[in-house]
Amino acid sequence: MAPFAPPLFASLLTEPVGVVHYLVVGAILFTSGVVCMAMKRNALGVLMGIELVLNGANVNFVAFSSPYLQADGAKSLGLDGQAIALFVILLAAAEAAVALAITLNFYNNHATVDVDRADDLKG
Amino acid sequence: MMPLAALDWHSVFFLLFAALACACAVAVVLAENVVRMALYLVFSLGATAGLFFLAGAEFVGAMQLMIYVGGTLVLLVFGVMLTAQAPFVSIKTAPGDRVLAGVIGAALLAVLLQSAFSVADWRKPAVGREGEPAATPLGMALLGTRVDEAPAGAPPGIRSGYLLPFEIVSVHLLVVLVGAAYLARAKRRRTPRPIEVAASMEPPASLAAHAAAGRESARGGSVLAGGPR
Repeated sequence: MAPFAPPLFASLLTEPVGVVHYLVVGAILFTSGVVCMAMKRNALGVLMGIELVLNGANVNFVAFSSPYLQADGAKSLGLDGQAIALFVILLAAAEAAVALAITLNFYNNHATVDVDRADDLKG
Repeated sequence: MMPLAALDWHSVFFLLFAALACACAVAVVLAENVVRMALYLVFSLGATAGLFFLAGAEFVGAMQLMIYVGGTLVLLVFGVMLTAQAPFVSIKTAPGDRVLAGVIGAALLAVLLQSAFSVADWRKPAVGREGEPAATPLGMALLGTRVDEAPAGAPPGIRSGYLLPFEIVSVHLLVVLVGAAYLARAKRRRTPRPIEVAASMEPPASLAAHAAAGRESARGGSVLAGGPR
């Protein structure tokens, strides 16, 4: 092992990845999506945050269903995880279509895509 | 330098795709310009498809590329293009909101990472079992027949297929697309266009009446005379 390489990074490069590596990626994608949804004022930015959240969930499903990543004796989702990931992708497509139609309608009526201006129903 | 033979190339490519996916996801959050956000999102989702391939889920990875990157994101980019008037390309978030979102995001990430590392089974090194191609078992499962092996530790018995969820999702997709087309349709104009006014007029009884109607409409500033609508 190279003397200057930090041990964590070196072991990442030489040892097989496991479920927890995928979970970390999924957690980062999910957190980015949640922050994006909460912070963006552009309605399309909020939509992109939703896509990131669904994608992070998909990473976890695929990781739990993958035979390559399982430890010895660990329980696996098998094919079910991949099927659920497919359904999530389909539902994300449907959600994006409707949300985009609503956004375009809002843009036609209010001439803006700022979600802070969508306060017509405010009591 | 680390000897090349010691490298696990699966891990190397995993690191590559994981770093690309995470960096682009963070860039989506940090970018102000909505067009750049869409570009970073394309890279992030494409790198995630690479992660799916590396995990042995080649069918899900292909669907991710075709449906997500090829369909959903093109839809989003069209939405960006349709609404990208100059003042809306970058809508600034207040600095206080940014700090608050950063704190909440860091707390959420800490919780998620802690729970990801808390299960011993997930932390153990992978044994690298060979998987089978998943496309045929997935297709059969969507038709209601399971041909794949039960995963280790699964309870014995008949496992259900996915025929009913498949039908529900397909009808849901149809309904949603019809609804989206209805929501986003072009609005009916409140004032009729000149061609519609002309088509709805009664034909004149005589040439004199026609001329009188023409003079009348010219004086009244009607639509046909090019007056105010």
